[in-house]
Amino acid sequence: MAIRPADAFTEIPEVTGRRARWWAATKDFVRKRPLGAIGAVIVLVNIIVALGADVFAAYDPLATDYGAMLARPSTAHWLGTDAFGRDVLSRIIYGSRTAMIVGFACAFFGATVGAVIGVASAYFGGKVDLLIQRVMDIFLAFPLIILALAVVSILGTGIQNVIFAITVPMIPRASLVARSSALAIREMPYVDAARAAGFRHQRIILRHMLPNVMAPYLIMLTAFLGQAILLEASLSFLGLGVAEPTPAWGLMLRGAAVQFAEQAPWMAIFPGLAISLAVFAFNLFGDSLRDALDPRLRTQ
Amino acid sequence: MLRRSLLLATAVLIASALPVVAQEKPRHGGELVFVVPSSPPSYDAHREETFGTIHPIAPHYNTLLRTDPTDRTGTKVVADLAESWTISKDGRTYTLKLRHGVKFHDGSEFTSKDAKASYDKIIFPPAGVASNRKGEYVDVEAIQAPDPYTIVFRLKFPSASFLNSLASPWNWIYKADILAKDMRWYEQNVMGTGPFTFVEHVKGSHWVGKKNPNYWDKGKPYLDGYRAIFMTDSAAQVAAVRGERAMIQFRGFSPVERDTLVNALGPKITVQESPWNCLILVAMNHEKKPFDDRRVRKALTLALDRYQGSTALSKIAIVKEVGGVQVPGTKFATPPAELEKLAGYSRDITRSRAEARRLLKEAGVPEGFSFVYKNRGIPMPYEPVGVWLIDQWRQIGLNVRQEVIEAAKYYSELRGGNFDVAADFQCGYTVDPDLDLYKFESKDVSPSNYSRYVDRTLDELYEKQGRATDPEERKKYIREFERRLLDEEVHYIYTLQWHRIVPHSSKVKGWTITPSHYLNQQLDTVWLAE
Repeated sequence: MAIRPADAFTEIPEVTGRRARWWAATKDFVRKRPLGAIGAVIVLVNIIVALGADVFAAYDPLATDYGAMLARPSTAHWLGTDAFGRDVLSRIIYGSRTAMIVGFACAFFGATVGAVIGVASAYFGGKVDLLIQRVMDIFLAFPLIILALAVVSILGTGIQNVIFAITVPMIPRASLVARSSALAIREMPYVDAARAAGFRHQRIILRHMLPNVMAPYLIMLTAFLGQAILLEASLSFLGLGVAEPTPAWGLMLRGAAVQFAEQAPWMAIFPGLAISLAVFAFNLFGDSLRDALDPRLRTQ
Repeated sequence: MLRRSLLLATAVLIASALPVVAQEKPRHGGELVFVVPSSPPSYDAHREETFGTIHPIAPHYNTLLRTDPTDRTGTKVVADLAESWTISKDGRTYTLKLRHGVKFHDGSEFTSKDAKASYDKIIFPPAGVASNRKGEYVDVEAIQAPDPYTIVFRLKFPSASFLNSLASPWNWIYKADILAKDMRWYEQNVMGTGPFTFVEHVKGSHWVGKKNPNYWDKGKPYLDGYRAIFMTDSAAQVAAVRGERAMIQFRGFSPVERDTLVNALGPKITVQESPWNCLILVAMNHEKKPFDDRRVRKALTLALDRYQGSTALSKIAIVKEVGGVQVPGTKFATPPAELEKLAGYSRDITRSRAEARRLLKEAGVPEGFSFVYKNRGIPMPYEPVGVWLIDQWRQIGLNVRQEVIEAAKYYSELRGGNFDVAADFQCGYTVDPDLDLYKFESKDVSPSNYSRYVDRTLDELYEKQGRATDPEERKKYIREFERRLLDEEVHYIYTLQWHRIVPHSSKVKGWTITPSHYLNQQLDTVWLAE
């Protein structure tokens, strides 16, 4: 449908108002939660670096230089080179792309599928809720890393399998949080009204209940991001994640990095720092976001 | 630096003093703890080809002949269950006299019936029973057991390598009655005549054996028992030896790991080194496109700068020499100048890679063509060699992704042909053309031909070299075989020869390094100093 000039004109103040509100909320977030803001900046830098790796990296992360094997940090290679003469900084920059792809994919799918299951479980209640929750309990009985290890050992290594392996254990955790919020929403009059109007279950869950668990969903999303990055690094370190020569932080810590830990410590130190910084930033940002969005913590 | 050099010198001195140490009076008692960087896919050595089977399980078995456990070359054949042997004048009949009074671990007596049943399983396996070394014995016409203590092998033609084949560390002697009931019983059970009896196997953790009190070689074994710990991570293996939780890892460590252990433990560590009759091969599945095209296979070998790879990788991994189908420097090895004429062995890498690109284009393979290289989940040296190969292929415009397959699952992938290009390996227990080349015969002859091709010309050349009694004539056929395998057809790609380094606790005595990590694993001669 074409928009008439008059319609377009009336839209402008609304957009401006929304932008102003976002800007005010952002300023408020920075003022009240400076640590969270620092976390957000680091996260943003990570995302920019991951997206623009081709621009920021001075070397091809896969290019070997056997004349510069295990070279110390220098002006040519700021963070030194690895056992194959590959530039460590370039591999860290490209490694952030792997970390972000895995982190965002796992966090998004884990939190979304978990939230849908959790809300559906709360909405239907009764035996359906009982069954879904017991299944979730079974998954929750296993620590995150153990379940991810089990999945990856069945499916094999590779980036898609790693994403799947990390997403699976996140689903029950997200489901549990979403369900607890959705239990209260289920009793709301507008849900009753939707039911009375004869809307289908799918419409009530997706259009009326799910948007109202957005706050815990966003908190889970940020918390899962850090966890997913750490898990990907752990799996790759154990040789069960991403395979060489793909640049990945966890992978950079294994093999030759361990073998040459004394002669070339830069091979392990810098990727280790990258993992720590990214996970720390996501956790800082996630915690602050939770504090900002949780009404019970808003006055603190 | 000085301290490190002194320690290394000490270690080398200790290693060179080994013959003297070997003359020390062996001490009885103690448990040998060693690390195994893999795990056994099954317990049956007749079907397996990994040290993950040999290292923990060989001490439960004997073979008819064996290589002398004190011989560093690993080529001197001595008696084991057979106490003597004779070869007929025409070189076609081998008669072995077996020992009396040898008992299996269940108390039953070993006779020629058991030896015949074991060799029948290896050479003439019934349908559904895998035997990886069947191709090695194409010269065997019949096996006979004329009396309980004699076994006779009749050959179709004389074979200079046959005695070595009888000393194969893979040819464990099984009990005939068990095999008669179930040919696959040994895949999951243990029953041998060896110096140690089976105690337990906890998958992924350890394997334990204890002294066989009724062992036929009186006074042996010296150890009360042994414990093999399965540990794939090389850093954990080094840590285990460094922390004195394990005494030895028989396969070998990298140069850096050796230096780490020598620096940390000084005289508590003894280093033994040897050229290693092993190398990583690249198998290209001829049943999958575009690897059915010899131009594509040739391009893959032309992309490799083996000489630069040797210089670089020998600093970080257990690989070193550039070689053809025989270990460099050995009797039938191709001289370097002649080797350089083969595809991928030229020193002019720019020209080789230009030729590789031309061949790919001609074969219709587009720039950036992508395929998966399946690698074995053993870090050293598979990981560095894998990274090197992928980098080399990238330089002719190929986009290769690596998939690492866990060691126990790896063979089922290879045997099932579930790959495009994969790491394979050739490890001989002794340097011998028959043993080293039989793998490359056609797939219906050699079960370990994972490139899955049929090449009757190659089969014919193999047969010719095996029957040639004149060394010069044999050399000629070996060269022809090499040219067809690596240059004309490029059925397989040879990477770099390995170099074996075993730093171990100085308490471990009576064990001698050889060019093969499959030899000297019965542990009957090993003892622990106080």
